[in-house]
Amino acid sequence: MTQLPPMLTPILWQMVQIMLALATAPLVTGYVRWLKARLNGRRGPSPLQPYRDLYRLTQKEAVVAHSASWVFHAAPYVVFASAWLAACLIPTFTTNIFLAPAADMIALVALLALGRFWLALAGMDVGTAFGGIGASREMLIASLAEPAMLMVTFSLSLVSGTTQPAQIAAYVLGGHIGLEVSVGLALAAMVMVAIAENGRIPIDNPATHLELTMVHEAMVLEYSGRHLAMIEAASMVKLTLYMALIACLFAPWGMAQPGAGPEGVLIGMAAFLLKLGTLSTALALFETAIAKMRVFRYADFLGGALLLGLLATIFLYVSEAV
Amino acid sequence: MASTLSYDIAHLIGATVLMAGFALLYQRRLFAVLNTFSFQALALAAAAAWQAHIQDAPHLYFTAAIALVFKAMIVPFALHWLVERLGIHRTVETALSIGWTMIIGVALVALSILLVLPVTAKAAALTRESLALAMSVVLLGMLMMITRRNAVTQVVGFMALENGLILAAVSAKGMPLVVEISVAFSVLVAMTLFGIFFFRIRERFDSLDLNYIETFRGDRQ
Amino acid sequence: MLIAVALLALPLLSVLAIAAGRRDAVHGLVYAGAFLCSVALIAAGLEHLGGRLGGAPTLVLPFGLPWLHAHFRVDNLSALFLLIINVPAAAASAFAVGYSAHLPERRRVTPFYPLFLFGMNSVLVADDAFVFLVAWEFMSLASWLMVMADHRKAENRRAGLVYLTMAVFGTFCLLPAFGLLAGGDGDYTFASMRLHSLGPVAGSLVVLLALLGAGSKAGLVPLHAWLPLAHPAAPSHVSALMSGVMTKVALYGLIRILMDLHGHVGWQWGAAMMVVGGVSAVMGILYALMQDDLKTLLAYSTVENVGIVVIGLGLAIAFKDDGEKNLAALALVAGLYHAANHAVIKSLLFLGAGSVLTATGTRSLNGLGGLLKRMPWTGATFLVGAAAISALPPLNGFVSEWLILQSLFKGPVVPHWAMKFGVPVVGALLALAAALAATCFVRAFGIAFLGRPRTEAAAEAIDTTFGMRWSLAVLAALCVVLGAIPVTVTDALSAVVQPLIGTSFAVSSDLGWPFLSPVSNTRGSYSGTVLVMIGLALFGIAIALVHRIGNARVRAADAWDCGTPGDDPATQYTGQSFAQPLRRSIAATVFQARETVTMPQPGEDAPARHKLTMTDPIWNGLYLRIARLVDLVAEQVNRMQYLTVRHYLLMMFCTLVFLLLVVAVRQRQ
Repeated sequence: MTQLPPMLTPILWQMVQIMLALATAPLVTGYVRWLKARLNGRRGPSPLQPYRDLYRLTQKEAVVAHSASWVFHAAPYVVFASAWLAACLIPTFTTNIFLAPAADMIALVALLALGRFWLALAGMDVGTAFGGIGASREMLIASLAEPAMLMVTFSLSLVSGTTQPAQIAAYVLGGHIGLEVSVGLALAAMVMVAIAENGRIPIDNPATHLELTMVHEAMVLEYSGRHLAMIEAASMVKLTLYMALIACLFAPWGMAQPGAGPEGVLIGMAAFLLKLGTLSTALALFETAIAKMRVFRYADFLGGALLLGLLATIFLYVSEAV
Repeated sequence: MASTLSYDIAHLIGATVLMAGFALLYQRRLFAVLNTFSFQALALAAAAAWQAHIQDAPHLYFTAAIALVFKAMIVPFALHWLVERLGIHRTVETALSIGWTMIIGVALVALSILLVLPVTAKAAALTRESLALAMSVVLLGMLMMITRRNAVTQVVGFMALENGLILAAVSAKGMPLVVEISVAFSVLVAMTLFGIFFFRIRERFDSLDLNYIETFRGDRQ
Repeated sequence: MLIAVALLALPLLSVLAIAAGRRDAVHGLVYAGAFLCSVALIAAGLEHLGGRLGGAPTLVLPFGLPWLHAHFRVDNLSALFLLIINVPAAAASAFAVGYSAHLPERRRVTPFYPLFLFGMNSVLVADDAFVFLVAWEFMSLASWLMVMADHRKAENRRAGLVYLTMAVFGTFCLLPAFGLLAGGDGDYTFASMRLHSLGPVAGSLVVLLALLGAGSKAGLVPLHAWLPLAHPAAPSHVSALMSGVMTKVALYGLIRILMDLHGHVGWQWGAAMMVVGGVSAVMGILYALMQDDLKTLLAYSTVENVGIVVIGLGLAIAFKDDGEKNLAALALVAGLYHAANHAVIKSLLFLGAGSVLTATGTRSLNGLGGLLKRMPWTGATFLVGAAAISALPPLNGFVSEWLILQSLFKGPVVPHWAMKFGVPVVGALLALAAALAATCFVRAFGIAFLGRPRTEAAAEAIDTTFGMRWSLAVLAALCVVLGAIPVTVTDALSAVVQPLIGTSFAVSSDLGWPFLSPVSNTRGSYSGTVLVMIGLALFGIAIALVHRIGNARVRAADAWDCGTPGDDPATQYTGQSFAQPLRRSIAATVFQARETVTMPQPGEDAPARHKLTMTDPIWNGLYLRIARLVDLVAEQVNRMQYLTVRHYLLMMFCTLVFLLLVVAVRQRQ
């Protein structure tokens, strides 16, 4: 493969990542569903089923309630675009992507908040009780999960001296961090936040449509057709995004650094797919093993994540990493 | 001298004991509390075993075994049996809401860290993190005793406090086995006494809720 | 020169309004005049910051105290705040041209509005304590008169009383602060205050008094109690200025006293300010989440944002005392940026609330709904404001939030353990406040503008008139612009902080213009412009892709009703329903929120009742206690009214003997 001029390689990898993020997302969701079904003793749909589902949805017409406004029409695209943009910003197989300096962890958190803001508004737009339930519960979860993620960012920035995911990955790859207690606590907090933000058990059950267990599904109840396809795609991309984030921040081994040749990039891609597979398997096992918690316990759970993040920061002082 | 990686692993296991201490404060069901306690004892056994390995002190393996057998298996099993036999309330009654309890817990951890910070001599600096962890576990155990109303959860809090003391003892060098045996037996005796007391109190008052029991002392209407 | 002309024109407008108030056209004329004055002041501010005037022009006028003439000065900080004050003022004046026609007590509001602007602007250009305090009082009294305009309602009268008390308290604290700053020789000009150095006790006292005085005007917890009473009571264009702009004048006062006149504030005060700011932020937004009245909600949100600015200020003070000048400059720039952003956003939101009030006649969330379809302009601009205040990229609220977080993440650099342990806690409070703000504004916008109309008034609302729409649109556009060019704004702000901190910092390091990376280019960077461009590109690709693969058909149908027909808009979520999860988890402890539901027995046709009780911990814990204490003391002192003649003679005799004793003792020394 010929050497591209150094200005163009980040742009090339960025394009590849944009497409990779979109292409692998339904596969991850499909794999998790298939594995959960197998663990429950069922055959389960094929892991490629989400692709078919999305295609089927785009072929249908969109049914919109009379009381909906332009917010309802615009929201699916805004939610999808913000999730996709966020997925483009996280290094997956290489840290040498063009958009890396455009946003750091704080901006990433805020970008996801943007998607959530529009989704909640869309839930309230039609004016039914379901939308209200979904929106209010989702904002409760967001109010506590977002600060937890910011505290994780804080402790990682104290350890590595930067808030950029690509730079944090480079720091870890440089071997500067040993087995720190703070990093372990930050990882635990991050996992709790990821579970809450993606609406997995024990926070929300992505498989049911019962009022007692709905958060995400309640907000999107009125959507159909291509709008629903966009929203489903957005939540799939979000799941992949969080897995990629955990892999990038806490286990970036295998990622190609700037200056690595094509073999480095191929190793990076293989490592990334391996990490996705491991995290998906872990998620499926975890969801099968525990039950969903009651809504009023969300605050305890997520408050615990926030306090874990705070502890991670404080522990750095005793281990002299700061 | 043990390498930094060994100390890192020791700290990670100690942090697991601390997280189990927080998890004890988080639970709302009695059986979950007992399960979490046996997990904490398991982590304690792992910590003792690891310290035995890096300090090259074989008697600590006995400590680990005692923690494993007594605290991770016998004590939780016995308490479980007691709870079923006495028909005690399965929910944890708290004097302070769980959110505030956890916030106070974090403040106590910060306090422990603040206390060990002046220790900066090289060798001691590596163990000060273990000391901070152990002190935090002790304080969290005390917090659990203060903020819980069931007598059973108070016993578990007392045991968690003991776990913290043992964690501190194994992290420092040179803890003789005699101490551990006497501690273990005192734990067993305390358990037996508690059990007898529970039976008596329950027979007499038909309840184990401290709030209710205190009305007999005339302290509360 | 321009400033002087504009400032002199304002009281003249006020006189015009009083003299010719009976005519309807005069009100529009006065507001148009105020608009022109504000634009002139904006031009003056821009001119100064652009550097054409150079230096800091001063002016001494021969009125005021005989040994202290009136000094005026415009430096970079004043020029910045002139911009911050007058942009929303111009928008509010333009809005008021059309809005004042809807006011019930128009003739009580119009005369004092130019005086209010006059007072605020004069505070900014004051160069001695006398002019500062006189202008400060002008500001307070003019706004108080406008708060009391609709005086027939008891709640407005109560609001006026609380506001007046807190305003007097504020000035009561600022007077001795200036006295201590001036020292013993009585020269109250700012120039001599800068040169005068303070002892440790006097220095701490000045900081405390400044925080109490300016902080109560800005709305820091626990001195915020007047904000949620006074801001809703005033007419909407005045509330916009009181909330968005007057609080910034107070922050200007704080910055001026602490960073310019005092100059050597210790890091402990910085840490204390950070904690106060963090607590204000969280408490403010928690209060806001429990409100049903749109304007009270916005007033409490101001408390939150003032807390965030004070966090930035506290950080700047702590860094400066520790010698970290670059970080201090960063923190102060972040605070100033947030102040500027909030002024624009809050004015936008209050003016939008004014439109809603005019169109529907109610401010309560439970009487609104579905307004986005009926009032598209107000709705769209309110959405921009709500998104901006929730710190969502790529709008301006996010940029200042990002800058404050970046400076906070550098906090543990200060080697004192109170800071090292305190900064993560303040960080958690700030993050929590920001997340709760998003919830609050999803609630406010969602309940008021989305869904179905809950009352007839909401179902028949019509959008505002031309002039009002344009002021909303300009403010919304400003929100977008301030977020899209963060590097330009930060550059300008770092020139402002340079004289206060002693250094300015390079804002975009090696990465070039679109990237904002204040510390270093590997530390953390953000580019609003790039994100907007790529985001829009992805948005367009998504739409195109989906329409290509699928179709563009849309069918309108009824909403999903779960099989129970019935179109009652009362089945929607109300404001209180939306806040219920947060109320149950957090407010149960903070506000003692308790809910009871009494259901009728089967067969009865009585309605089910839902009762919600909440208490205000700060009002009950602090204000009522102080009020009771004052009552107690007053009762005791009242006894002196009913003494006999002999007692009065005894008092006079004792005083005489005491004074003679003092003279005797002093003679000995």
